[in-house]
Amino acid sequence: MKPVRSMVLVSSDPQSISHGAEEVYLLMQQEIKKFGLDSEISLSMVGDVGRHDVSPLVIVYPEAVLYGPVKPQDVHHLVEEHLFKGRIATELQAPARELTGKIAWLNARKGTMPAEQRVVLERAGVIDPESLEDFIVHDGYQALGKALTTMTPTNVIDEIERAGLRGRGGAGFPTGLKWRFVQKALGEPKYVVCNADESEPGTFKDRLILEGDPFSILESMTIAAYAVGASEGYIYIRGEYGLAQERLKNAIRQAREMGFLGENIFDSGFNFDIQIHAGAGAYICGEETALIESIEGKRGEPRARPPYPPTHGLWGKPTLVNNVETLANVAPIIRQGAAWYRGFGTPSSPGTKVYTVLGNVNVTGVIEVPMGITLREVIAIYARGMKNGSNFKLAQTGGSSGSIIPSVLQDTPMDFDSFSKAGVSLGSGALLICSEDTCVVDLARVLLNFFRNESCGKCNPCRIGTQRSFEIMTNVAEGTGTLQDLNDLSYLAENLYQMSNCGLGQTAGSPQRDVLTYFRAEVEAHIRLKVCPTGVCRMSGERIGLSSN
Amino acid sequence: MTVEIKSEQNIEQAVSDAIERHGNQREELIPILTDVNRTLGFLPAEALEKIGARLRVPRSQLFSVASFYQMLSTKPRGTHVIKFCESAPCHVVGGRQVWEALQESLQLKNGETSQDGKWTLETVSCLGVCAVGPVIVIDDDIYGNLDPKQISEILARYE
Repeated sequence: MKPVRSMVLVSSDPQSISHGAEEVYLLMQQEIKKFGLDSEISLSMVGDVGRHDVSPLVIVYPEAVLYGPVKPQDVHHLVEEHLFKGRIATELQAPARELTGKIAWLNARKGTMPAEQRVVLERAGVIDPESLEDFIVHDGYQALGKALTTMTPTNVIDEIERAGLRGRGGAGFPTGLKWRFVQKALGEPKYVVCNADESEPGTFKDRLILEGDPFSILESMTIAAYAVGASEGYIYIRGEYGLAQERLKNAIRQAREMGFLGENIFDSGFNFDIQIHAGAGAYICGEETALIESIEGKRGEPRARPPYPPTHGLWGKPTLVNNVETLANVAPIIRQGAAWYRGFGTPSSPGTKVYTVLGNVNVTGVIEVPMGITLREVIAIYARGMKNGSNFKLAQTGGSSGSIIPSVLQDTPMDFDSFSKAGVSLGSGALLICSEDTCVVDLARVLLNFFRNESCGKCNPCRIGTQRSFEIMTNVAEGTGTLQDLNDLSYLAENLYQMSNCGLGQTAGSPQRDVLTYFRAEVEAHIRLKVCPTGVCRMSGERIGLSSN
Repeated sequence: MTVEIKSEQNIEQAVSDAIERHGNQREELIPILTDVNRTLGFLPAEALEKIGARLRVPRSQLFSVASFYQMLSTKPRGTHVIKFCESAPCHVVGGRQVWEALQESLQLKNGETSQDGKWTLETVSCLGVCAVGPVIVIDDDIYGNLDPKQISEILARYE
């Protein structure tokens, strides 16, 4: 996929087809050629994009203009006006509608350039992250002031629930509900823990939040503590994040000096303080009970659950554990209200999501966009297309515990519900975009190597299952695999999912499950033909060793 | 191996400093181990013994914690530690070639320390700078967007 000036999508759900989408597509193709634009405009038929009331739809990016219903006789005018002359053909635009369905985010952008929507990263890169004054000038601590002086703890939780905020660590659990569990739990003291042990390969969004806007996390944690009735807070940050640790230490010191942490905050009688606990390099400590064990100074091995942390967490006391990005949404919601927040994203997954865009694309980095954006858009617009004109093959989401998303799912809106309906997961927000030069066996092997190394070893299904899966996948990559091996991989994936104690083991089987679901032919070529179709695997029949490379 | 044998005094000093900084509570064990590891380069058995005595934690538990975390080492390491990210984001943008160049230049395999005690080479799961893969970290210096051809030039900067 080359970088293009405009991207044009034609909807192709059954409804659109019956209303002439195919004819519209063919005419678009001819007209684009007629105007000599075919080298700079990409045209695709996409699946169901919603809005059946005005199908067939034509969507033009980067302006994100929605045209519909488009009739064959409209095509010439549309191409001439919008693509050739650069003017939006307003008379053909689909009427605006309430925020519903899959393309809600499109309406939320109001047909403007799909610039990023920054909520979480609003101040990052704009303010001096080491200056509390600068933070306050940019609306900092307004939300905390509002919560402490005008809202009851239950009001705060109600507002978060109304906003529909869901956990950004990967599981998408409703945040308000979690807070309510902790608020209702019996036991003193209660703790608020910020999970900053971001170790999913490919994910570094939390680091950017902490480095760019450390005070916002302190503010949100303090609001959370007020809501659930906690008096002590911990930030568990991964050991590798040196700069973020320094920035947080500085932020905590300044916040204490100014009375935003400590006793009687905002003269409300509410007391709360935060300390930092640095990890020492263990992926599993991102699992909340392992994280709690690690704060207590032990091996980071997940606990058996139930009981869950909201009732029995740190030192057996009620504990709220939230991811950095989840917390970073809290203060903006309290300051600007749930209704404002619901203006972003889709009805079931409101708000924005921070993604790290990686892999074989022209531009890598971090973006914050409304929930519900599609992979195709991320690649074409934010990543400026695939590198060296290669074709998109698959994306791996959410670090290693995400899913492998084949290109057929690139038009699925990226929100919690749409992804779970499609049988894949949004994970923690990494988008590793791979070109046709990527071998799925090789990729799965690298992912399995990660799980094998990072399994804490406490429970057998995970310790043995990850190791065994890696060995079998290595055999396939070496050209010594058998078809029975593929059955074994499926069996192991199922057992990992069903029997592991924690999220690591439960998701560790997803690489083999996904490649066997979407790319079985390519995997079987390694076995039946002894050929790696992409030429990545060395197929020499010799041992390539039990290292990922 | 000519890795400097840490003297009794150095160890005592490192342990005392760390405990003074963090206190002698059990919950401070990981920060203490991290500090001592940083000062001494690894965690010698004597250091673990001293920490155990001061914090009243049995040696078995200390060893189990010290061996669990990737940033802590119970074995001596080289003057410069090279961490190579072997995760998928670095792998798909050419990580394997960089890893081969590293092994070739240093004549070391994963986890090994060179005879002269200068280098330790190890793979790690993720370094959190994934947008610029392939990535290596030497001590505290991060190198991204690596090309195998750059390896020898980068290694030459470390004396």
